[in-house]
Amino acid sequence: MSWISAHSLTIVTFLPLLGALIIAFLGRERTPAIRWVALLTSLLIFLFAAWLYAALDPHRMGMQFEELHVWMPLPPVNYHLGVDGLSMLLILLTGLLTLISVLASWSSITHRVQEFFIFLLALETGTIGVFASLDLLLFFVFWEVMLIPMYFLIGVWGHERRIYAAIKFILYTMAGSALMLAGILYLYNVTGSFDLPRVLNHLTSASVLSPQAERWLFLAFFIAFAIKVPLFPFHTWLPDAHVEAPTAGSILLAGVLLKMGTYGMLRFCLPLFPGASREFAPVVCVLAIIGIIYGALVAMVQPDLKKLVAYSSVAHLGFCVLGIFVFNAQGLEGSIYQMFSHGVSTGALFLLVGMLYDRRHTRLISEFGGLATLVPVYSTFFLIVALSSLGLPMLNGFVGEFLILIGAFHSHAAYTACAAVGVVLAAVYLLWMYQRVFYGDISKESNRTLPDCNFREKLMLAIMAAFILAMGVYPKPFLRRMDHSVTAIMLRLQKAPMIYAERAPAGHLGGGR
Amino acid sequence: MITFQTTDLLRILPEIILALFGVMIMVLEPFVPAGRKNLLGWMALLGVTGAGAATALTSLDPGPAFGGSIAADGFSFYFIYLFLLVAALVILGSMDYLERDHAQHGEYYSLVLLGTVGMCFMAASTDLIMIFLGLEISSISTYILAGFRRTDRASNEAALKYFLLGSFATAFFLYGIAFVYGLTGTVNLLGAGARLSEPSQWTVFARFALVLMFVGLGFKLSTVPFQIWTPDVYQGAPAPVTAFLSVGPKAGAFAILLRIFLGTFSSAGPSAFRVLWISAALTMCLGNLAALWQTNVKRLLAYSSIAHAGYILVGVTAGGSRGMSAVMFYLMAYALMNVGAFILVAQLAGSGERLVEIEDYTGLAFQRPGVAACLTVLLLSLAGFPTTAGFLGKLFLFRAAIHSHLIGLTVLALLNSVVSVYYYFRIIVAMYMREEKTELATAVLPWPVRTVLGVTILGIFYLGLAPDRILGLSTLATLPFLK
Repeated sequence: MSWISAHSLTIVTFLPLLGALIIAFLGRERTPAIRWVALLTSLLIFLFAAWLYAALDPHRMGMQFEELHVWMPLPPVNYHLGVDGLSMLLILLTGLLTLISVLASWSSITHRVQEFFIFLLALETGTIGVFASLDLLLFFVFWEVMLIPMYFLIGVWGHERRIYAAIKFILYTMAGSALMLAGILYLYNVTGSFDLPRVLNHLTSASVLSPQAERWLFLAFFIAFAIKVPLFPFHTWLPDAHVEAPTAGSILLAGVLLKMGTYGMLRFCLPLFPGASREFAPVVCVLAIIGIIYGALVAMVQPDLKKLVAYSSVAHLGFCVLGIFVFNAQGLEGSIYQMFSHGVSTGALFLLVGMLYDRRHTRLISEFGGLATLVPVYSTFFLIVALSSLGLPMLNGFVGEFLILIGAFHSHAAYTACAAVGVVLAAVYLLWMYQRVFYGDISKESNRTLPDCNFREKLMLAIMAAFILAMGVYPKPFLRRMDHSVTAIMLRLQKAPMIYAERAPAGHLGGGR
Repeated sequence: MITFQTTDLLRILPEIILALFGVMIMVLEPFVPAGRKNLLGWMALLGVTGAGAATALTSLDPGPAFGGSIAADGFSFYFIYLFLLVAALVILGSMDYLERDHAQHGEYYSLVLLGTVGMCFMAASTDLIMIFLGLEISSISTYILAGFRRTDRASNEAALKYFLLGSFATAFFLYGIAFVYGLTGTVNLLGAGARLSEPSQWTVFARFALVLMFVGLGFKLSTVPFQIWTPDVYQGAPAPVTAFLSVGPKAGAFAILLRIFLGTFSSAGPSAFRVLWISAALTMCLGNLAALWQTNVKRLLAYSSIAHAGYILVGVTAGGSRGMSAVMFYLMAYALMNVGAFILVAQLAGSGERLVEIEDYTGLAFQRPGVAACLTVLLLSLAGFPTTAGFLGKLFLFRAAIHSHLIGLTVLALLNSVVSVYYYFRIIVAMYMREEKTELATAVLPWPVRTVLGVTILGIFYLGLAPDRILGLSTLATLPFLK
């Protein structure tokens, strides 16, 4: 037991890989066994992650469940894992959505099942690793390794233009991460360490970075994360990848992978380069607001359901970025909350669209109409999810967006005014889509024979709906655990102007530390 | 006058053993019946193993030999082990290939051994004439090897091209040596370095000599603009030979480059630095951009190896102990992944090397998942994905570059490695994402080839996950150059 608690993060990170190994040693033909192993592994990980999340001490500052081993002595790279409320929340989200993805692929993946589940579980290891790493290089390793399984998931099991989408996804991400690697190496050169806490200490205690260098470093990290989020104008890979990916791929892509971008901003950009973050904040906020409105407008005119959901992600992630760069507690909390809740809502939306696609092999809105009377259970779940995505009070989407808008108001009222337009537009495109698909006359005869949800589908949707309701009604357990992460970031940000002042040559603000 | 001592012989024992085995194989060749030429291959392997043991023995008592024209130091040991590894892998990977293509001649193995002798001297010599001899020995063996498929026109063309341009290049190098001799009155690197130790001594002629030598080495390294021969030769030569060519002589030339540019003439200052900077940048960009358009796997890997030379040059430009050890580490990683890739391609190509287009790999993963997975690992390492040797190799190179404030060059190199992902992934796309029957899937992998794959892939992960040992060795190897 003590061994488990001492290595809990290692276990939760590498357990999926163990499951993948077991699957690799099962025969290709034994598909039921493969599915069950994948399901049990992902269920185990989810439960373990939930247990860890519950065990997280909300009253403690700093990282918990830390593990520190030397990986390479020179250059000094550590195997350093640790989580706080922010990263553990995202690990929980990863566990949840992987579990849902396994269930979602249960019968829709019939082709090369073994490889599919191996890649799916390998992806989970990479993603959890990204959130748990506290060493810059280890983080980078997971960040890049995770691309390979996602690449294969899109490229092998995707739809018509899958190869194009897969290569576009990987090239965009790698272009960003190339710059980040240069940044990491530069930081190492300055501080002599890859270890995040140590680098932070070094940067806080001594003004080792010139403002100019800090600006460049901020950009090197920020662009990598902005591509991942994706922030306007780096978003063009997203519709392709989302639309072409299989359902499980879309769920994980939207639900978890995009969060790696916002997570990176919170964990690296803001604490490491607070001065530059402040400088660039207005630009970032404007881009985020453009993303909110642009994403919503483009989503509105999509004839394809999956594209609509994909563009709605651009808008929702715009909210997350806005919440981060207004630099106050409400904005940050809202942003973290929105990261989780977008994962649940959009994951559920992709799941629902995927279920429809499995039945009808089309995702065009015009192919449907009047489904509400034909598949009542499905329609009800779709309504709940759509309402949560547009931010109806008492459902999860509202909490995050509301906090972000309050935070933005404290920073700049105009931000709130513009971003609030996005909330209205979200209602427009989601409700209009719902109306066209589910209400009205039954326009296509082939829809009459659509089967409603089976037990497996009801189970998945019920889990998602439970999260949606619980998070909307009682957000406290989640908010409580992220308090200290937010405080840590805020403290670091408040120190930033002083650092700038110390560096000022004129000395009228003088005085030692 | 140089007096001859037995310790001198001991210090070149690995080379002696290799040369002896090379000659012995040639003598025995007529007595081995036609169907059993593999025996000679095993003998060559025995020679390589013996040379490895001899290196271990020699390393117990390092020091200069033959009046300072040979140095048995950590630097040369590291490279000798590298060359022996490459030679062993190439010999293992060639046996079945030669059998299949009816080109099973004993000379092949003795040429590989003699070529390795030349490379060992390239790394171990501290005298410009000895370096030149090493360069020539390795070059002449590889010229013949490139044309080893005598009935194949592409192979002949490759050999002729390689020979003509190669001899041109060595002439440049020799011309450079002549200048150095004229300026300093000695061909010994220590002596010449002492004469040119002050920046003020770097006259136009001295810099010209350095440029001439760089041009000569540039051909072997296939740096831009001296890379013209590379794609044709790598494509035309038998694939196992290409594996040998793309790693051995290149690593040897890098050894010389490190010794001369970073060791002896490190005082040359900005002029040498500028030459290296420009050639690193051009080599990376051209190699990667040209590789994007290739449809032939051998040719694609040829351009990729040009690009890799560019990355390594970034490390040379960075210089210092960090840069040097990074270069040496990268060469080890590069040797593993490139030899593995070329040997696998050779084996899959079928007799007469018919199946070497990317198209031929379509759907391989469906019929031979294991083979496809091996090739994927090799390609991912070439592309520099984490957990593989290629990633840490690049990381160390770029760390050294950032340390030397070469931020522009590092960013360029990183962006280049993103470009390279595209063309390596074209092969992966063909294997995994298109479903057709491919003739390639019928290829048989005999156990020596499996051994090569096993060694290279395990090596890639070993270097990629636990690099301390090799990095430690390569850092130790740079000690002779620290002043």
